Amino acid sequence: MNNPLLSVQGLRTYFYTGAGVARAVDDVSFEIGAGETVGLVGESGCGKSVTALSILRLIASPGRIEPGSRMLFEGRDLLALSEEDMRHIRGNRIAMIFQEPMTALNPVFTVGDQIAEVARVHDGASRRDAWNKAVEMLELVGIPAPEERAKEYPHQMSGGMRQRVVIAMALVMKPALVIADEPTTALDVTIQAQIIDLLKDLQQRFGTSILLITHDMGVVAESVSRVIVMYGGEIVEQATVDQLFAKPHHPYTEGLLSAMPRVGHERERLQTIPGTVPPPTSWPSGCRFHDRCPYAWERTRVEHPPLYEVEAGHLSRCHLAQEPERRLQPHTPLVAQS
Amino acid sequence: MFTDAIDRTRRLLHGLGGPARVALVVLLCFYALALLAPVVAPYAPSQQLDIVALKNQPPSFAHWFGTDRVSRDVLTRTLYGARVSLSVATLAMLVAAVVGTTYGLVAGTLGGAVDTVMMRFLDALLAIPRVLLLIAILALWNPVPLSMLVLLLGLTGWFDVSRLVRAEAMAMREREFVVAARSLGARRGRIMLRHLLPNVLVPVIVTTTLGIGNVIVLEAGLSFIGIGVHEPTASWGTMFQEGTAAFAGTWWAALFPGIAIVVTVLCFNVLGDALRAVLDPRHLPRSRIAAPAATFAAVAE
Amino acid sequence: MRRFVAVRLLHAIVVLFLVTTIAFFLIHLAPGDPFSFENASISSEVRNQWRAQFGYDRPLLEQYVRYLASVAQGKLGYSHSMHVPVVEALALRLPRTLLLMGLALILSFAIGIRLGVFEVRYWSTRKARASNAASLLVYSLPDFWLALMLLLIFGYWLPILPTGGMQDLVLHDYMTPSQAAWDRIKHMVLPLTTLTLLLGAAITRYQRASLLEVLPSDFVRTARAKGVDESRVIRRHALRNALLPMITLAGLALPALIGGALFVERVYSWPGMGLMVFTAIGVRDYPLVLASVIAGAVLVVVGNVLADIGYALADPRVRVH
Repeated sequence: MNNPLLSVQGLRTYFYTGAGVARAVDDVSFEIGAGETVGLVGESGCGKSVTALSILRLIASPGRIEPGSRMLFEGRDLLALSEEDMRHIRGNRIAMIFQEPMTALNPVFTVGDQIAEVARVHDGASRRDAWNKAVEMLELVGIPAPEERAKEYPHQMSGGMRQRVVIAMALVMKPALVIADEPTTALDVTIQAQIIDLLKDLQQRFGTSILLITHDMGVVAESVSRVIVMYGGEIVEQATVDQLFAKPHHPYTEGLLSAMPRVGHERERLQTIPGTVPPPTSWPSGCRFHDRCPYAWERTRVEHPPLYEVEAGHLSRCHLAQEPERRLQPHTPLVAQS
Repeated sequence: MFTDAIDRTRRLLHGLGGPARVALVVLLCFYALALLAPVVAPYAPSQQLDIVALKNQPPSFAHWFGTDRVSRDVLTRTLYGARVSLSVATLAMLVAAVVGTTYGLVAGTLGGAVDTVMMRFLDALLAIPRVLLLIAILALWNPVPLSMLVLLLGLTGWFDVSRLVRAEAMAMREREFVVAARSLGARRGRIMLRHLLPNVLVPVIVTTTLGIGNVIVLEAGLSFIGIGVHEPTASWGTMFQEGTAAFAGTWWAALFPGIAIVVTVLCFNVLGDALRAVLDPRHLPRSRIAAPAATFAAVAE
Repeated sequence: MRRFVAVRLLHAIVVLFLVTTIAFFLIHLAPGDPFSFENASISSEVRNQWRAQFGYDRPLLEQYVRYLASVAQGKLGYSHSMHVPVVEALALRLPRTLLLMGLALILSFAIGIRLGVFEVRYWSTRKARASNAASLLVYSLPDFWLALMLLLIFGYWLPILPTGGMQDLVLHDYMTPSQAAWDRIKHMVLPLTTLTLLLGAAITRYQRASLLEVLPSDFVRTARAKGVDESRVIRRHALRNALLPMITLAGLALPALIGGALFVERVYSWPGMGLMVFTAIGVRDYPLVLASVIAGAVLVVVGNVLADIGYALADPRVRVH
């Protein structure tokens, strides 16, 4: 990619806990271009949220971003910045939307106050200007009667509206990149669709890049242009959304897709991936997915696969790229054998 | 039924940090010394050795804590004082634990009007400042036998525990397995005893332990002004009072019992802090913290 | 909101009624009565006459009902030891105690909250850790012990402060206004310091705990993600939430504060309600003792009602709805 907005190279974020070292993000590299919407997919525990927090350097002890990681944003290395400089980027050039709108907002301040704060902190705006800006943003995200609503407290609003407020807060300074961490997971299905539409609309309007983190493949299909699949703290597949849905390569991706109900694909039962996500303190040997994989063989148990390029712009961390005939011999995954 | 409680206790002890473990060890030592006082003490507690020569002697090799104005060995008295202070406080909190648990169980299980009345009554009891009430009763009934003192101290300190137990009981009522058991015909009381008691055991023990430090301070204060423990029994409080009455020049008679009190209470507080941190705070309603031992043990609602 | 206040007031009245009942019976069931003191020169006939005069020969239940009636009318009886109606005695002594307690409350909250925030903001530094240890230590000190220590240090060893009372017994009336004010202040320093230190340590610890509980919250993380600097995150976002339990704490600290005031007044001979209680008990002045206990309960109840209202006002989740 030429001139990517964000270029993450070899990111490692480890947590040093009493139970051992949790390698939550273990050598992750990807790029996001200007105006692009990229989806980051995976189950809980695969490292997606930690990746997002790492980009904003919001990782607190006992976690830390390991030396050797690099994150270039608008040409600057985020890890080389001072805390003060990093602060100027947060909420200003890169903004984040969190999963739970109820707890993400401060219960003792009005919604308008919290949005206005962003303008006051980054723009030095006066109280009145910041407040007006807040009202403006509320209108932008589709909240009716924004002047009155701005004076309300979070507990007086519904979940969907709170999430809109959070989005408004993120967009005040028209950031170049918005990281949305499971923005719809805590919401009702109908509201989910509205929020996704809102994000798409705003993205078109402002040309913001979005990193959309989710475990819901349905959401991915709707709204992103490229997909990154994570498992075991690593990227296991990267492709455009068309490539991914038409020709998924990594067995994990296959598993995610077959667990998803799809119109036009007749099936009697939805399939689940057997087993559970392993703890980040002890990733399995070899291919981290091998014990849950229906195609696993000896090589996958011992040799950790690199990212193979299976077609132009489509990467997969799977030895099947070199031994595709194994795909014809599915068997019961190791975890399901007792 | 109790394996769960034992499990939780073990996890509790594991979660204690360095300072808390030190505090626990110190407290256990104090209790051990108090128990073994007759064996460990160098002299007899009321023994007045050589009234002339050994009166008001500063700390020395023969008398580590010195002697007081009637020639008694201060170390010995402090050890025997520990027996009184510690046992009074511990027994009082035992009373408090029993009364409080019962009260809370009844109120929480029965609910409704009974609960409301019981809680109003509890509010009234809480409204009367503990020290004020104790002073009034103890002074008006002076002199009060030791057993009565213990009882009174206990009967003014059970409020925390009862609220705790009541909250648990009420939460339990709504739990599915209770409703299920009742629908199968099990009697309420039986359910409560079988399921609630083990559950509430650990928090009650923690609250009670913290309360002990509180009572030590209280008893010391009351004895200090003359209405707590009295002659011939000697607690740290009475020793402190005697020591300060003749303070100038004989600082040791008051210092050591004073230090004993402060160190004991400090250990209880440190231990209490750690125990609170390990216990699940969501266990208790409205972010309520078990009252640690001190003068200002504010009862969080 | 108004309904909330009304309910709380009703609740308070019920509680006070129960308190009066409990206290009445506890005190009147004690052995003896105000007139059973030792004095050979007063014959038993005279004593019985007094008893009849003040109604102590009536059945207990009747005394109780009469007492309730008089309380309802605002009369709290007559104090045998101070020879004035109880209400007057209270009116004289209570404000002095309230002065001490009130100032101690304000000061200890002001200092305690600041210190608690400081200890959290700079938690890994030596100063903050020292402060934490110090507050733990002070918190563990018995009130009478601390009062005595301060008295000894500043009243005897370095005799810079007076050793008791509220004002100079001899010279006060001859002082100029500013001298008199200074005299008053000097006498107040030690008792006030004792109370403030003890309560302040408690508040520091609770504030610290409360803040630490709030810091991991999601909205704090949001504030950081917005680019707000750490100081502001703690002082504005976290603290505003962490202060709420402190309001409740103010109400709950009252009984302990009263207890502390009792010991402090005793040690420093501060002529407030506490000292009055001690003397009244000594001569079995039942009406005065009873009224003092009730007064203490009233303080606690009023304090808690105010705290509840304060909390409701401060927390938008309660106020709006």
